[in-house]
Amino acid sequence: MAQSQEPRTQKEKRQQEDIRHELRELEANGEIEVLDVPEPYVEVERKDGHTKKIPLEGLWHHKSCGQCGHIPGYSTSIFWLFRELGYDYYDPEDQTSCTGWNYYASATSNEAAQAGVALRNFGQAKQDGHYPLIHCGTSYGHYKEVREQVIHHKETRDQVRDIMHKLGHDLVMPEEIVHYSEWTHAVREDIADNLEYDLSDVTACVHPACHYYKIVEDDAIYDPDVYGGNRTAIVTTLLEELGTNVEDYSTWYDCCGFGFRHILVERDYTRSFATQRKIERMKEEADPDVTITHDTGCVTTLDQSQYVTGEVHDRNVGVPVMSEAQFAALAMGAHPYKVCQLHWHNTDYRPLLEKMGIDHEEAWAEFEAEVDAIEEGEKEFVTWDDV
Amino acid sequence: MSEANKLPRTERNRVNEVERTPSAMDARKEAGKMFATDYDDWSQEEKEEIFEKVTEDIRHEDFMYGCYECGICVAACPSARFYDFSPRRIAQAVGREDVDLFFEQLNEDAWDCSQCFSCNRCPRENSPGGLITIMREVAVTENLDSAEEALEGYERVIYKIMSTGTQVSPDMIQPEAFPDWGPSAREESEHMDEWRKAIPPETLHTTDTAWTVSDRTIAEMFMIWHETDVLDMLEEIDPGIHMILTDMMEEKMEEGGWAEED
Repeated sequence: MAQSQEPRTQKEKRQQEDIRHELRELEANGEIEVLDVPEPYVEVERKDGHTKKIPLEGLWHHKSCGQCGHIPGYSTSIFWLFRELGYDYYDPEDQTSCTGWNYYASATSNEAAQAGVALRNFGQAKQDGHYPLIHCGTSYGHYKEVREQVIHHKETRDQVRDIMHKLGHDLVMPEEIVHYSEWTHAVREDIADNLEYDLSDVTACVHPACHYYKIVEDDAIYDPDVYGGNRTAIVTTLLEELGTNVEDYSTWYDCCGFGFRHILVERDYTRSFATQRKIERMKEEADPDVTITHDTGCVTTLDQSQYVTGEVHDRNVGVPVMSEAQFAALAMGAHPYKVCQLHWHNTDYRPLLEKMGIDHEEAWAEFEAEVDAIEEGEKEFVTWDDV
Repeated sequence: MSEANKLPRTERNRVNEVERTPSAMDARKEAGKMFATDYDDWSQEEKEEIFEKVTEDIRHEDFMYGCYECGICVAACPSARFYDFSPRRIAQAVGREDVDLFFEQLNEDAWDCSQCFSCNRCPRENSPGGLITIMREVAVTENLDSAEEALEGYERVIYKIMSTGTQVSPDMIQPEAFPDWGPSAREESEHMDEWRKAIPPETLHTTDTAWTVSDRTIAEMFMIWHETDVLDMLEEIDPGIHMILTDMMEEKMEEGGWAEED
C-alpha cells in the first residue's frame, strides 16, 4: 500500500501511521514522555510488518492478579527463567493490576480511570528505574487499547496528565508494550540451549490468548514460517525451538471460555465452552500431552473446567494446562512444585512429567519437607536459595 | 433455485414473508411494535437518552464504522454458540440507531458477551465487544435492573479490585465458592498459609491480595478512583459497597495528603 494513499479503514490507517510515530510526535510537543526500550533488546517481527523491540533485562515485572492469586507457579517460573538465564529484574510492590478484569466484567469503571491505572503503573516503573514487562494477556491487550485512547483522545490525555501530576508522576508511555511471552520468544534459543530433558516425544497444543492478539492486533508477534503467518506465532515458536511436537486443532481461534464475568458467576458457560470447544477438540484431533498458553485466565479456565466435565459428565477431557514459562522452566530442570507450583493446578499433570522423565514422587516429597519445615517454625519461607 | 429466489430482493422478501408461518413478531408488527414489549414503561425519550450516552462516549467512534452484515463476528463469537446472542445485531442496532432494539439488547444481551474480542476480526473494523463494554458501563451508571441482576454475587470481587488493586487473591479459593473445581480447591484452601509461604518470590507470600501492594500505591489508586468519578457509578446500583469504598477513599486520600485539595 502506498504511503500517500488515503486510508480506507482504521486498520489501513494504523498500518500507515505506526502508533509509535504518533507517540514520538506527542513527545516532541511536550505532551507525553516516552520510556525508551532499554538495551540490550532483540527486534522481532510484528503482524503489520514492522519490528518490535523486546528488552531483555532491567524489567519491572507487571504481575497478574489471576496468575499470582490462583496459579503462582506462572509468575514464579517467569522469575526463575530470568534468574537462570542471567537477566536481572525487579519485582515491585508499588504495582496494581491493570484492573481490566473489572473493566471488562463488571463495567464499574471508565476510560479515564483505566488510563489512570495504566499510566500510574508506567510512571511508577519509570520512577523505579525499570521498564515494564506485562505478565497478563489481558493487561497487555488492555494497555495497548489504553495507549490508543491516550494518544488519540486529547481529553483523556489531559485528564490523566492532571491526575498523574497530583500523584507526583509524569505522564509516561513505554515505547513498546511488551508481554512476557514476547520475552520468552526473544530468548527461546537461550532456553533451548539449557534443556535438561528431551521433549521430542511430547505433543503440545497451543491456545493463543485472545487479548494478546485480538484487542490490538498490529504488534502481536507473527512469523511467516509459523502457520503460514496466518495466526500469531507466539508460544509456538518457543515450543518448536525446544523440540516439542506442536499439533494443530481446528478451534484454535476460539476463546477459552473465561468470559471475565462468566468464570466468576456463570461458570456453566465457561465449563461447557472450555471443554466442548477446546479440550475435547484437542483430544480428538491431536491427543496432546499438554496444552500450553500464555495468559492467566486461559490456564485457569482450561485447567479447572475439566474436573466436573470429566468426573460427572464423563466427557473426553484430561489434558494438563500450563504456561509456556512453566513448561520451559520444567524442561530446564526447575522443580515442579517449588518453582512451577503445579500442585495449584487441577488436571493431572503427572503423566506429562513422567513422559519428560521427571520423578514427581521424589519432587513432591522434597516439597512436603519444605512445608513441614515452615509448619514447624524451622524456616519462615521457601526462598530462591532453596530452589 | 426456486422461482421465488429468481425475483428481485424486495419482491423475494415479500414472497418469503407471505410463505412464512405467522409469528409473534407479525402480531407485534401489526400492533405497530417491532420488538419486545417488556420495556414499554420506558418512554422513547428515556431510551434515546440512554442510547446517546453510548454513541456520545469517546470510544464509540473507534468501535463502530458500519456493518457489511457478513456475520464473521457471529461465527467467531463464543457467546453466540451458547446464548441467543449476536454481536452482529449489536453492531447493527447501534449503527442503524434502532433505539428499541438497542434497549432490548442493553437489558437482555449485553451481559452474555465474553469480552474476548474475537469479533474484532470484523472486516469493517467494528468492535461489537467494545460497544458492549460501553453499554455495560451505561447500564451500571443508569442503575438498570438488568445490570443490578448481572452484578448480583459480584460484590466481593468489586470490593477486592477497587480496594486492593488486585482482583483475584488466594483467599478467594474456598471450596464452597468453587465446588466444581473439585478436591483441589479444598486442598488449596486447607494448606493456604503454608503453601503461600512455600513460593520463592517474597511478593507472593500474601493470602488476601495476589501480591504485596504498598499502602502508598493503594492510596494513589483511590485518588484515581476519586478523580475519575468511578465510585459514583456504584452509588445507586450497590449502595453498601459504595459507602464502604467511599469511606476508604476518604481515609486513603487523607493518608496520601490530598484531602485539602478537594
